[in-house]
Amino acid sequence: MLVIDGKSLIAKEGDTILAVAKRAGIHIPTLCHQEWAEPQGGCRLCCVEITKKSWDGWCKVVTACNHPAQDGLIVYTHSERIITIRKNIVDLLLARCPESEVIQDLAKEYGILETTYKRRENPDNCILCGLCVQACEAMGVNAISMTDRGINKRVTTPYDKPNNVCVGCASCAKVCPTNNIPFTESNKTRKIWDQEFPMLRCTVCGRAHITQAQMEKLVADNVLPRDYFDKCEICHQKETVETFKKISF
Amino acid sequence: MKINSLADYNTWQQAILKDRPLDGKKVLICCETGCRAAGSLQVAEQLEKLIKENKIPVGVERVVKKTGCQGMCEKGPIVWIMPESIFYCSVKEQDVQEIFEKTILKGEIVERLLYKDIDSKCSCKHHLDIDFFKKQQLVILKKMGQMDPTDIQDYIRFGGYKTLVEVLTTQNPEYVMQQIEQSGLRGRGGGGFNVGRKWRSCKAVEGPRYVLCNGDEGDPGAFMDRSIMEGDPHAIIEGMVLGAFAVESNKGYLYVRHEYPLAIEHLTIAIKQAEECGFLGDNIAGTDFSFHLSINRGGGAFVCGESSALMRSIEGKVGEPRAKYIHSTEKGLFDKPTVLNNVETWANIPVILRDGAENFRKIGTVKSPGTKVFSLVGKVKNTGLIEVAMGTTLREIIYEIGGGIIDNRPFKAVQTGGPSGGCLPADKLDLPVDFDSLTEAGSMMGSGGMIVMDDRTCMIDVARYFINFLIQESCGKCTPCRDGLPQLLYLLDKIREGKAVMADLDKIEELSKVIENSALCALGKTAPNPISSTLRYFRDEYIQHIKEKKCVAGVCTALTSFNITDNCKGCTACSKICPVDAIQGEAKAKHQINQEICIRCGSCYNVCKFDAISITKRNEQC
Repeated sequence: MLVIDGKSLIAKEGDTILAVAKRAGIHIPTLCHQEWAEPQGGCRLCCVEITKKSWDGWCKVVTACNHPAQDGLIVYTHSERIITIRKNIVDLLLARCPESEVIQDLAKEYGILETTYKRRENPDNCILCGLCVQACEAMGVNAISMTDRGINKRVTTPYDKPNNVCVGCASCAKVCPTNNIPFTESNKTRKIWDQEFPMLRCTVCGRAHITQAQMEKLVADNVLPRDYFDKCEICHQKETVETFKKISF
Repeated sequence: MKINSLADYNTWQQAILKDRPLDGKKVLICCETGCRAAGSLQVAEQLEKLIKENKIPVGVERVVKKTGCQGMCEKGPIVWIMPESIFYCSVKEQDVQEIFEKTILKGEIVERLLYKDIDSKCSCKHHLDIDFFKKQQLVILKKMGQMDPTDIQDYIRFGGYKTLVEVLTTQNPEYVMQQIEQSGLRGRGGGGFNVGRKWRSCKAVEGPRYVLCNGDEGDPGAFMDRSIMEGDPHAIIEGMVLGAFAVESNKGYLYVRHEYPLAIEHLTIAIKQAEECGFLGDNIAGTDFSFHLSINRGGGAFVCGESSALMRSIEGKVGEPRAKYIHSTEKGLFDKPTVLNNVETWANIPVILRDGAENFRKIGTVKSPGTKVFSLVGKVKNTGLIEVAMGTTLREIIYEIGGGIIDNRPFKAVQTGGPSGGCLPADKLDLPVDFDSLTEAGSMMGSGGMIVMDDRTCMIDVARYFINFLIQESCGKCTPCRDGLPQLLYLLDKIREGKAVMADLDKIEELSKVIENSALCALGKTAPNPISSTLRYFRDEYIQHIKEKKCVAGVCTALTSFNITDNCKGCTACSKICPVDAIQGEAKAKHQINQEICIRCGSCYNVCKFDAISITKRNEQC
């Protein structure tokens, strides 16, 4: 049992503060958090204030995404201190990524139209949340990682060179909360991380649906059989629906 | 020699002592990093050669030893002749012959090599005539200058590993745990957490457990841990084995930064020797207890000194901190219960068990018992490694041990606790140095760096230096530290360049608070400390920079001009030292600084003996 913004809530084993708040419909902003990923506590946007009765009025700031929803916690998600922190973090992120629409929209929520800090020179939209790296790891590829540190930290392939382990799955690009990883796609190829990957086309609808390299990897890893990739996901789904129709009615 | 019992140990120790008594004649030459850089290895080699080659009066045994640090790094190479305790400093290769002929053969003193007392200018013949040593209380560093760190027999001679053998053969883990708890020892790495409590909470969790030593010292101007690792590696190993015995762990790691090659070398040798002698490895001292120790080299990231980053680094992952909502004593290295203490803390363990918790508590203060090693550096006459009882005042450290400020200039501030520490002003000089009083005063103990500053130090410049250091060392994982610190630097630079307005100062304070509250790890949370503490004690200086566009210390070049006053005697010292030839004038006549050429380095100010250079606002005449 814990209290978030005055509401008494029940927590399950292994719950974080964020998970409990979400279930109760209490909004805590996040950027680097995804259900599938290990919480990093990197962007610090989900900061909340916590206290306990026994703490004698003392509060501390923690990140809701990875703090366990312990019994007896009293959580404030929008206290004055938290709002100041969040405003400044959004402001710092806007100075870091002034052209990112996601960050701009977030900043507007906090009444910031223009950053009060110094804009980063040659900015991109990367907020270094590391979701792309985690996604790549989850795919079993590990083609990209963080390099350097501090303000110079960035996501890249080893030595900034095209990496032959990359299968061009574009998972990194798809999970990026600020759309910072560019890729282009035609019916024949996908271009990502300075490499061109030939695409396989669906034998039913003709859509280019997966890179040859990713298919090879999934087959080699015994995830799916080779002939599965003759059809795209959508056509597979359609086929399943048709099968169901035949079976049940 | 493999030790299997206390009797084995005693026999071996007596044999060593008979061969090489403690009060025997010997020449001790410091061969640690500082003295080594100044050429002590060559001095040692030459002296060894001379002693070997020449016929020495019968019955006199003379040994040249390569010892660990004796503390006075600035005056290295140090040659210390025992048992007379004659202390020579800044010894060069060409002095060796004279030392050999006069002091070693005839017992005469080479006057010019003696340490000169800074104020009285008298030569100090003996080690303990020197204020720097006289006022210290050596516990951890006691053996260091007298022992060859690569020779385990030397450590045994001073009673090393005796405590370990005694405890392991006659006591149980609970005894060690209780002794450490009763001693009240607090971690020397910075936070000052109670060591006994840490061990106890680790032991409460199901194993396997790990025991780690944090040797990733990286604070600018700090070299305490390096010196202990280089000079007394066996003390750390003994401490770790005792700690492992207490928490029932069988595996430990020493995390040492790669930039400390000599420390790694000496620790590697020490581990090998300890294993050979049965003080480490399987069945230590013939008991059932086994403990293995390996060295992990850090890649030189400051953040890897942070406990969770250090553990990730040992695991072979990127050395980044993780949120510590679960203590590492519960889930630490490889998610197993882990005890992590720093080098100096481990070196304290054998001392506590040897002397007993009660005796340990007699030194220092009630809440911070024991001694603390500091590296005393900056604008102080005697710099080096010092050890004092907790509770010693800053004044005693700076003025009695350190001998006061260079050129007797006014004291301005002392920075303690490393980059995340803070600066304390003159009215805090009588503050007793212990964990709580330093934190209360807005600084911290940190691992024991102490940088003394004189009136020629600009506090905004100091804050900028540390913030810049932290920007370089921030891991970049969390937004406030990664993106906030460069913004602080930018605002500080605005102040230094005279472009800031008062609103910038408000912004600095707001952002500092945000970083302090919201950063992920302790490094980030304490990163604004250089600003908060200088603002707390030197706010006027910030305001003066912003409103009056003036830097009283004459450091911020955009706000400073140097002018020559009527005090000038025309000694030409300033014109000779000026790196850009901006000073003109005839000898014995008043000189002039060409403001167009002057780069505001302040060399003239520092060299002038007649107080004839004045610091003014930019483009203002005195």
